[in-house]
Amino acid sequence: MDLLADLQLGFGVALTLQNILYCFVGVLLGTLIGVLPGIGPVATIAMLLPATYALPPVSALIMLAGIYYGAQYGGSTTAILVNLPGESSSVVTCLDGHAMARQGRAGPALAIAALGSFFAGTVSTLILALFAPPLAELAFHFGSAEYFSLMVLGLIAAIVLARGSLIKAIAMIILGLLLGLVGADTNTGQFRFTFGLPQLSDGIGFVVVAMGLFGFSEIIVNLERRAKREVVMAKITSLMPTRADFAASWKAVLRGTGLGALLGILPGGGAVLGSFAAYTLEKKLAKDPSRFGQGAIEGVAAPESANNAGAQTSFIPLLTLGIPSNAVMALMIGAMTIHGITPGPQVMTQRPELFWGMIASMWIGNFLLVILNLPLIGLWVRLLSVPYRFLYPAILLFCCIGVYSLNNSAFDVGLALLFGVLGYLFIKLDCEPAPLLLGFVLGPMMEEHLRRAMLLSRGDPSVFFKRPLSLVLLLIALGLLIAVVLPAVRKKREQAFQE
Amino acid sequence: MTGSTVNLRIRSPRDFCAGAIFLFFGLGVLVIGRGYPMGTAQHMGSGYFPIVLGALLAILGAVTCIRSMVVAGDAIDPVGLRPLLLVLIAIGVFAAAVDSMGLAVATVLLTLIAAAASVESRWREVVVLTLALLGISVGVFVYGLGLPFKLSPF
Repeated sequence: MDLLADLQLGFGVALTLQNILYCFVGVLLGTLIGVLPGIGPVATIAMLLPATYALPPVSALIMLAGIYYGAQYGGSTTAILVNLPGESSSVVTCLDGHAMARQGRAGPALAIAALGSFFAGTVSTLILALFAPPLAELAFHFGSAEYFSLMVLGLIAAIVLARGSLIKAIAMIILGLLLGLVGADTNTGQFRFTFGLPQLSDGIGFVVVAMGLFGFSEIIVNLERRAKREVVMAKITSLMPTRADFAASWKAVLRGTGLGALLGILPGGGAVLGSFAAYTLEKKLAKDPSRFGQGAIEGVAAPESANNAGAQTSFIPLLTLGIPSNAVMALMIGAMTIHGITPGPQVMTQRPELFWGMIASMWIGNFLLVILNLPLIGLWVRLLSVPYRFLYPAILLFCCIGVYSLNNSAFDVGLALLFGVLGYLFIKLDCEPAPLLLGFVLGPMMEEHLRRAMLLSRGDPSVFFKRPLSLVLLLIALGLLIAVVLPAVRKKREQAFQE
Repeated sequence: MTGSTVNLRIRSPRDFCAGAIFLFFGLGVLVIGRGYPMGTAQHMGSGYFPIVLGALLAILGAVTCIRSMVVAGDAIDPVGLRPLLLVLIAIGVFAAAVDSMGLAVATVLLTLIAAAASVESRWREVVVLTLALLGISVGVFVYGLGLPFKLSPF
């Protein structure tokens, strides 16, 4: 079978000493930032992008991918032990995970989270290997109209899934699209919104935007909140879950994996959504829902499996269509571009070693993560006790050096500062910044495909409805939009985000 | 900011400010972009896409502002001026110093100013932290990886 040969090729690439090393570095860093609240995968990947210049592209992507799914493992540790989500995708794990920790069962909670994540990682690696090739095949039939409609669908999905007000989410995306247009217009060469500054003629760097919105503003907000934070550290006695724990959680792991993998593929999806949905599903299915929040092990198993599955399947749209489904994938596009790779369906055929090497590395990375997270848990617990006052100046410094060294430009650091202010305002005003970053990356692509589609159709906008694939994509987008505006669904959505 | 009549009261300060930001950017795009050629639907000029989006953004901003006077919402959390200003100054000083005075000075300045942003900082610790970060940034980025500081410790 082709799949076996492909996977063999992938493992051949991923199992070289160098790539195992970079995979290890990636998942180690991922766990580290997952454990530490206040720094997430977006800022970390943005920070490390310049460091990958010197690496071969495969190694660079393997390492960066490892940071993302590694963070899903680390996030659960903090959630369970100190009731603080290390990552936003571990928010729901706090509920039952920390309750278990208070009952002296932190060990089993950590073990189930790690084993569930490993299972989910294995399954979603397979899903990636199975579904990416046919999807890429389909993508070869995509014209500009389809690409445009697909991006519309992605943006609408991001709006639907964003927390808070719909209008604000739409506005954030449009603002992102507009920021993406700054610089020379690719078609006419006209400078747009550059204020006469030569540094802006190539556009605003996405690392600058990401670092400002996700790095700098987070630090400020964390410092504000710091004063009223109290940490209750739980003791770990034994890691081994009981037989009853396994019996209670294996179905939750299966369901969490399935749901997480499915929601991860959706444009606008990723790790966060899956974990919320999986927790809600378990609560619905439970015979006794009142156990949830009191230390139900399913409430740890399901979301932790789901976030890891979602983190990995969110690579599918990136690798097959060249379209990012969330902010982290937007950065991965940037990483690929730095290495001269144009993301899209042709990656699989032109650079099979890159594609399959990355997939194979994910399984290896997941394996490394179980080792990193279970036997070495004590190390991470010690790390948690490092006070934030030591960490944030270092994070701030590395962020600044990261932004600077991408183009050796102090101007970029100043620009990131402005985005830091904007990001801080957005946090204060309940505007989620992730859709903005997604819009920012899609802006130029969307304009380009819109122009091309309209040029080919001689200015007739009905082309988007006449081509069947494009029509289907737009109908899905419309369905999503209608669904979220309906009062009943709307109420549920608000409920789900509140939980 | 509160109007004299009940109808014009801002009931959701968060939404009002968010709407104002969107309106500001939307109108800004329209003002700056009015000089860009629009072109036709078939041959879109460089102004077409941004003008359409800018107009949409301005409308959404206005709607959010108006809505904030009808639907009640949360007040804006108090702003912690100390962390906000000091973190921003630290970044700004780094940006200003790094080209003219070099990475070592910029690192020390950033660390000292940033450390002052937290009420929990103790000066003895800050000195140690500053020296450690100085060692890392100069040792790793400049000497370890070669100028102009590549950021790879690996």
